[in-house]
Amino acid sequence: MNKRTITLRVNGAEHTGETEPRRLLSDFIRDDLGLTGTHVGCEHGVCGACTVLVNGDPVRSCLMFAVQADGAEIDTVEGLAPDADTLHPLQEKFHERHGLQCGFCTPGILLTARALLRENPDPSDTEIREWLSGNLCRCTGYVNIVTAIREAAKEVSRR
Amino acid sequence: MKPAGFEYHDPRTLSEVTALLGRLGEDARVLAGGQSLVPLMNFRLARPAHLVDLNRVAELDFLSVEGGELRIGAMTRQRVLERSEVVVSGWPLLREVTGFIGHVQIRNRGTVGGSLAHAFPSAELPVAMVTLDAAFVLQGEGGERVVAAEDFVLGTMTTVLEPGELLREVRVPAPAAGSGASFREVSRRYGDFALAGVAALVTLDRDGVVTAARLTLTGPAPTRARAAEAAVLGERPSEALFREAARRAVAGIEQDSDMHATAEYRVRACEALARRALADAAERAAASRAVG
Ligand SMILES: Cc1cc2nc3c(=O)[nH]c(=O)nc-3n(C[C@H](O)[C@H](O)[C@H](O)COP(=O)(O)OP(=O)(O)OC[C@H]3O[C@@H](n4cnc5c(N)ncnc54)[C@H](O)[C@@H]3O)c2cc1C
Ligand code: FES
Ligand code: FES
Repeated sequence: MNKRTITLRVNGAEHTGETEPRRLLSDFIRDDLGLTGTHVGCEHGVCGACTVLVNGDPVRSCLMFAVQADGAEIDTVEGLAPDADTLHPLQEKFHERHGLQCGFCTPGILLTARALLRENPDPSDTEIREWLSGNLCRCTGYVNIVTAIREAAKEVSRR
Repeated sequence: MKPAGFEYHDPRTLSEVTALLGRLGEDARVLAGGQSLVPLMNFRLARPAHLVDLNRVAELDFLSVEGGELRIGAMTRQRVLERSEVVVSGWPLLREVTGFIGHVQIRNRGTVGGSLAHAFPSAELPVAMVTLDAAFVLQGEGGERVVAAEDFVLGTMTTVLEPGELLREVRVPAPAAGSGASFREVSRRYGDFALAGVAALVTLDRDGVVTAARLTLTGPAPTRARAAEAAVLGERPSEALFREAARRAVAGIEQDSDMHATAEYRVRACEALARRALADAAERAAASRAVG
């Protein structure tokens, strides 16, 4: 199978790589770019752990081929914090409010929440839960996740 | 859980797509949003030799109104349909059903054409398209043909699409004045596939009499409930009327059993949902008469 050269921006930095067409975007991000914050749970679109932003929209990276991301802007959890010493308000609130336990689902949830807050800076709890329906968490029971997102929304609007 | 190898094609124009599909025939699959096809490939339930990616074909991504008819390009994302103001005001049933498709991440990639062509038994959009009497434009190398939504699905995940053909566009007529529509479904959790789903469209005249009705149930293929439609024509909405119509809607229908629900359960659920969807649609129709 012919390899293809692709160029994409990940968290603002340009990357060029060679890839087989069958390579999933999730594997390209993890194994070729070494950004292992994007987690892989089910590989068939159900769990949401692999959620990244493609041109600003949350999507399943396990349901896209890396070749399809040629020319795209990708955001992964590694790009969420503004710098090495500061957390994003969502990360701060997840930390404060105990919005994670094992952390497997967390990167996908943080990116989904980030897209939600961009579209709707003041979501109701119902809206937050609707957006989270595509992200499975087997530890927390979601209550603290919803609280963390609600409080982060206030924090983001305040800044 | 990795897909098998394939030859990848990313054409930019519709004529390149049809030329490729014409040349490759049964060896080719088109890739739309990938939200159904890529899971199948990851499981290796699908191993296409050639994948023709439609994502860079700008011609297939449009949403417009022409002559009062909504025209939806096959590559329109479900999330775009859901958020379009034109759709919300003129074809609210499409907005309503799209909200039931998976989750926001799925709808960001999943397309209108992909959902219709995939023809999964419990998918929401096909049922809505039959209810709204949409027409599908199929395109091959040799030209196009137009098929009614109702005649498009032959059975579980089987459609009239021939090798070399793709679904290019969907045309949805505007519902008549005095119409109301509704979609109801039962699923295990929010965002899951429907165990049963029903869409209804009811038109009332100024005196509140039903002048047109369409009712469609999920099933191996979307199923129009003609006996139920006939039962409400010329009548005034009432609970008794819709109860009787719902009973007729499920008389003799076929449903599948699987690990999520038995066929009997699905039939009972369809009956209850049909009653509610008809009542809901009639109420909305009456409200639109009151406003208009
Ligand atoms: C977790 C999860 C939950 C989901 N929940 C639901 C749900 O509740 N309801 C629901 O309806 N769907 C659901 N889906 C499926 C989703 O809606 C898909 O988007 C849809 O079924 C297929 O659309 P697609 O654009 O992704 O098509 P693809 O996956 O790219 O293609 C699907 C099939 O259609 C063919 N195809 C695609 N476009 C065309 C075209 N224009 N012409 C001819 N053939 C074409 C492909 O070759 C392929 O065989 C879910 C998916 C996931 C992963
Ligand atoms: S790994 Fe992609 S959705 Fe589960
Ligand atoms: S914190 Fe463990 S799965 Fe969510």
